Amino acid sequence: MSGLAIDNISMRFDLPNGGHVQALKDVTLDIKQGELMSVLGPSGCGKTTLLNIVAGFLAPTGGETRINDHVVEGPNKERGMVFQQGALFEWMSVRDNVSFGPRMAGKKKADYMGNVDHLLDVVGLQDFKEKMVYELSGGMQQRVALARCLANDPDVILMDEPLGALDALTREKMQGLVLKLWKETGKTIILITHSIDEALLLGERVLVMAPRPGRIHKEYRLPFAEMGVETDLREVKEHPDYTTTREEILTMIWDMEEEIMGRTEVEE
Amino acid sequence: MAGTVNLVCTRERLGEMLTELRATPIPDGQVVGENFTPADGCHIASGWETFSYQFGTLGSELWTETINVVLASINAIPYIFGYVALIVMFMFVWRAIKTFLTPTRDYTSLKTVTFGDESAVRSETAASIISIILIFVIWGTFTGSSLLPSFMHLPGPFTGEGSFTYTVEDADGNRDEAEVFVNVITAGGVAEEIEIDGGDGFAKDDVTTVSVYSSEIVSWDRNDDVNRRDDGARIVAINGQEFQFDPNARDDNGNLLDAAPSFTLDFARVAITDRGTINVSPDPGWQMQPLYLPAPEVVWNRFIEIAKYGYQNVYLTVHLGFSLFRVIVGFLLGAIIGIPLGYAMGLSNWFRGWFDPIVEFMRPVPPLALIPLVIIWFGIGEVGKIFLLFLAALWIMAIAARSGVSGVRITKVHAAYSLGASRWQILRHVIIPNSLPEIFTGARVAMGVCWGTVVAAELVAAEEGIGKMITTASKFQNTDIILLGVIIIGIVGFGIDMLMRMAERKLVPWKGKG
Ligand SMILES: Nc1ncnc2c1ncn2[C@@H]1O[C@H](COP(=O)(O)OP(=O)(O)OP(=O)(O)O)[C@@H](O)[C@H]1O
Ligand SMILES: [Mg+2]
Repeated sequence: MSGLAIDNISMRFDLPNGGHVQALKDVTLDIKQGELMSVLGPSGCGKTTLLNIVAGFLAPTGGETRINDHVVEGPNKERGMVFQQGALFEWMSVRDNVSFGPRMAGKKKADYMGNVDHLLDVVGLQDFKEKMVYELSGGMQQRVALARCLANDPDVILMDEPLGALDALTREKMQGLVLKLWKETGKTIILITHSIDEALLLGERVLVMAPRPGRIHKEYRLPFAEMGVETDLREVKEHPDYTTTREEILTMIWDMEEEIMGRTEVEE
Repeated sequence: MAGTVNLVCTRERLGEMLTELRATPIPDGQVVGENFTPADGCHIASGWETFSYQFGTLGSELWTETINVVLASINAIPYIFGYVALIVMFMFVWRAIKTFLTPTRDYTSLKTVTFGDESAVRSETAASIISIILIFVIWGTFTGSSLLPSFMHLPGPFTGEGSFTYTVEDADGNRDEAEVFVNVITAGGVAEEIEIDGGDGFAKDDVTTVSVYSSEIVSWDRNDDVNRRDDGARIVAINGQEFQFDPNARDDNGNLLDAAPSFTLDFARVAITDRGTINVSPDPGWQMQPLYLPAPEVVWNRFIEIAKYGYQNVYLTVHLGFSLFRVIVGFLLGAIIGIPLGYAMGLSNWFRGWFDPIVEFMRPVPPLALIPLVIIWFGIGEVGKIFLLFLAALWIMAIAARSGVSGVRITKVHAAYSLGASRWQILRHVIIPNSLPEIFTGARVAMGVCWGTVVAAELVAAEEGIGKMITTASKFQNTDIILLGVIIIGIVGFGIDMLMRMAERKLVPWKGKG
């Protein structure tokens, strides 16, 4: 089977004081090739932990992740990452950042340069190829990060709040870009976000996680991402189904947050 | 020590009872607690006494020193206030001038809140220029520099001729007045002969020649035929001012009964000595002696001379070249070993565990403290000094490289792994470039420390080098060369730092932009 299988993953961190945190418990998920899944959940529910396990940065204490039918044992170029910020190499130009993957793979310049330049055009940075990354704005830097990830042609793209540090307007534009790239490239994408709108607009599937222990609370299959490819994202937001689903998830997460607050008060 | 015992001894000194702790060797064949008997007035110190007397002595000594320091500081206060007053005065003058110039209207100058806004504080170039000029002006006024118009000089030492009278009373109570002519000459100057005829009466006129900043004793009676001091004659007045002082009036211990008087005349200080002669110290003025502080142009001329002909048969370029050679070689060796060491410590548990105690122990040991050891081990040759600088640079570079590695954001490393980079590629393309800014900062610090250390090491032991030049000059009291050496050290050190900063801007432009 091609795609991503998260099989009964558990993650338990031992703390120095002898206690432990159950960050994830029995998380099972199947993600098909070409799906875009967004992950929502209150802070501390294990989203980043899950993504780090899929990326191969963390070994789970239980279960395994399989991609294209082999078990994930460490980071690999078949799974690309886009981080919130600060993951670009500021000692390289924009072009060198984007061509990093192919260069490390030892490819010839002639073989990858065309693709790198094309990707930079796609993300709208054609005029900034020779600039150093610290000369770019935050939104531009995230576009570089996207292009860098795509230049390596991964099977799965993992994004941990990739647009979290951007202002609302830039964020909306970038959401359109992510949708466009997803449709054009047909990549499997897992996208963690704190914004319900972002999750709904971009996710074919929306996963809502619950904390303590981190687990899957509810899953939605939504049509809005497909709609967003054709129409303006703002029109999608007007859709009656959109508003009701949004309200539902909002209440759900709100209740979970309330519960956490209540529980901590009892514990202490 | 086996053969030593601490005794508490009480003895009398100058009519006071004094108790002190004394480490005393035990005579051969005696054993403490058996046949050892302490000297009279002493007993063997208990552990507590050993401790408390040591701290008592230390405390009283430190107290005396504290008082000395406080007194010296109090003396400095007027100068500090004077300097601050000058700074503030120039500030107001400059502000007043500035309002006549076209004001700039950049963002900072339009800020209304500047006090407390650190970003609004910029180094005022005018202040820097005035401050440097002022240093030279102060230097010039205190040394009577020929670069300044003479009205800016502080009063210099008195030179030329001066005179005063003294009145002698002989054993029979007869008085006579005579004059002393003093000829004050500049150092190395030639005295003009002063013709005197001795005058009338039994006291004869005297003449003496004194160099500036020194003093001369006038044995006024040496040209008198009769009524010498041995005959009971003594001085009772200077310039007609009478006083009561008899050098022969002494108590049983030989101490004087009266205090010897002294007079401040317009050109000199005249004091009667304990033996009844006259001590003449010409007015030194407010300026510094060249021995303490030569004038700027003297230092400059020395610089030209040494640059051309060298000092003590060694050219200035050789002195400077040797110092720089040591610094550069020592620094490079330190960096070559220290940077990989720092990387190993930043990347491997085992290496960090292994070297942490060594680095943490060696880091606080100042290289200067190792000079004696290095001289014993390596002698005064180049190897020892370069080893010292190597050590000075080694720990700094190792720590800089280590923190450079630790400072890499984990997301960068993760991103690189996800893009398919191998460990080696991550070291080469992520960790090393990411640590370069820290390494450059470390290199700047290390260069500064090396430069300071090399000068100090050369002061102690070297054949040539800028520090050696200073030590040699101090033996011959060539203050101008010492000062020149200090200035060169400062300028070169500053130059090294500027070069490092330039290199930093060029090579790691991403510094602080992560
Ligand atoms: N290295 C660690 N050691 C111990 N506990 C950890 C560690 N990393 C994460 N945790 C714990 O695991 C839980 C999940 O953390 P995680 O970072 O995955 O949350 P998250 O959902 O990404 O939160 P956020 O939305 O704030 O980013 C938290 O309770 C956190 O305290
Ligand atoms: Mg997170």
